[in-house]
Amino acid sequence: MTARASHRSNAAATAGAGAAALRRLRVEAPRGFVDAVLDRLGLHEGDHLVTVTSAAGDLFVTFNDSGISSVMPAAVFDGDPEQFATHHRRETGRPIVPGPARPPSGLAAALRSGRATSLRYDLSGLTPFERAVLTKTLEIPSGEVRPYGWVAREIGRPRAVRAVGSALGRNPVPVLIPCHRVVRSDGRIGNYGLGVPMKRTLLSAEGVDIDRLERLADAGVRFLGSDTTRVFCVPSCVHARRIRPAHEVQFRSAASALATGYRPCPHCAPASVRDAS
Amino acid sequence: MSLQGDAAVLDGLADDLDIGYGAFVRAHAGAVYSAALRLSRSRSEADDLAQETFVRAYRALRRFDTEQVQSLESRAWLLTITVNLWRNHLRRAARRPQNARAAVPEVADHRLGPEAMAEGGEDSRFLVGLLTELPEHHRVPVVLRHVVGLSYAEIASVLDCPVGTAKANVARALDRLRALAAAAPDGIADTGLVCHPRSACPGKEVR
Repeated sequence: MTARASHRSNAAATAGAGAAALRRLRVEAPRGFVDAVLDRLGLHEGDHLVTVTSAAGDLFVTFNDSGISSVMPAAVFDGDPEQFATHHRRETGRPIVPGPARPPSGLAAALRSGRATSLRYDLSGLTPFERAVLTKTLEIPSGEVRPYGWVAREIGRPRAVRAVGSALGRNPVPVLIPCHRVVRSDGRIGNYGLGVPMKRTLLSAEGVDIDRLERLADAGVRFLGSDTTRVFCVPSCVHARRIRPAHEVQFRSAASALATGYRPCPHCAPASVRDAS
Repeated sequence: MSLQGDAAVLDGLADDLDIGYGAFVRAHAGAVYSAALRLSRSRSEADDLAQETFVRAYRALRRFDTEQVQSLESRAWLLTITVNLWRNHLRRAARRPQNARAAVPEVADHRLGPEAMAEGGEDSRFLVGLLTELPEHHRVPVVLRHVVGLSYAEIASVLDCPVGTAKANVARALDRLRALAAAAPDGIADTGLVCHPRSACPGKEVR
């Protein structure tokens, strides 16, 4: 017997059988354990469906134990839940199963206020990048818009502007995760998975002045500043909307605003902190 | 994933068993799995035991009314199921001659691979070996108290005995563990005590 082994076992004999050592034998359940149990019980194989009213008309909303899993305008399926169920199964592999007729708590309030940050979402089928894009998009306040490039920059992938567009196009929970609030960097409204007219409807319903944003876009204006506060914003920012016409200063780029000595608004973050310093 | 309090989890169950059950399993998976792993002797056995616990629990809950669900002592109730399943498993295994060896809890399983041991290093592995040497009536209370962290009242409820008896059994089990640790030959501890001295090692003794 070596001295080393003898020393080790003596240490174990004195400290090893104590209560603290036993506590360390507690483990987490292995990865996938909860899913395995729910699969065995047949609880995982479907989503529940409810129909709710919104600015975009009636919506089919599906949800499961993890959260809300998809949102679709009922009109796309002629209001027919059966048609929708077929589509849902094809898209997600999950059938619609009978469940509570009641929507998940907070859903109605979120649709009314346009703030859906506190709802739980089942984004399990998405890539980490897509999840990051959607999580960031969720922060855009109702009544405001941000460019695709803003989302890309905020999630630390400033060059991935196109990928942000594709990720938003695959948003399984539109309206709630407000991909309609993400617009082209030149200020134009841009595309939308549910059609551009729907995007305009949703934005108008939450008070975005689309005509004005497009006029600014036509004039090449990307940012608005106030010559009293010397802060600049994206044009739809709640703070930009409070600038009196007499004090409004227009900028064609964040760089020119910064060069003129304007600070980026902390609310709408029109430029990164790095650019600003 | 937000951590929900016990009452919130039970409210979810009472609200809709099918929807709330995921949160319930998540809340107690660690406790049930830890107990299962330290009672049985391999991860696959523990996995079966812990999964079966939640499957049985779900079937039972189907028959509960709202009040029964909301007043549920979740952990003690679940671990009662785990312990009963484990005892039944041992009894069944004992009746099958080819598995007779696996049914004797006092004998450490020499087939245990390193992954079945605790991750916590040599002392933990040594301790896991000691635990498997405890007789069932000592192993269950000490695992429930010191690995899972149940209160004595909860243990008494699981074992269906007075609180004083639960306390005494935990204390005796700890004494026994300490005695086993002190008596462990150096060479055995060095290999993580997965095997008894040669004479007691069933793989070598039974031919």
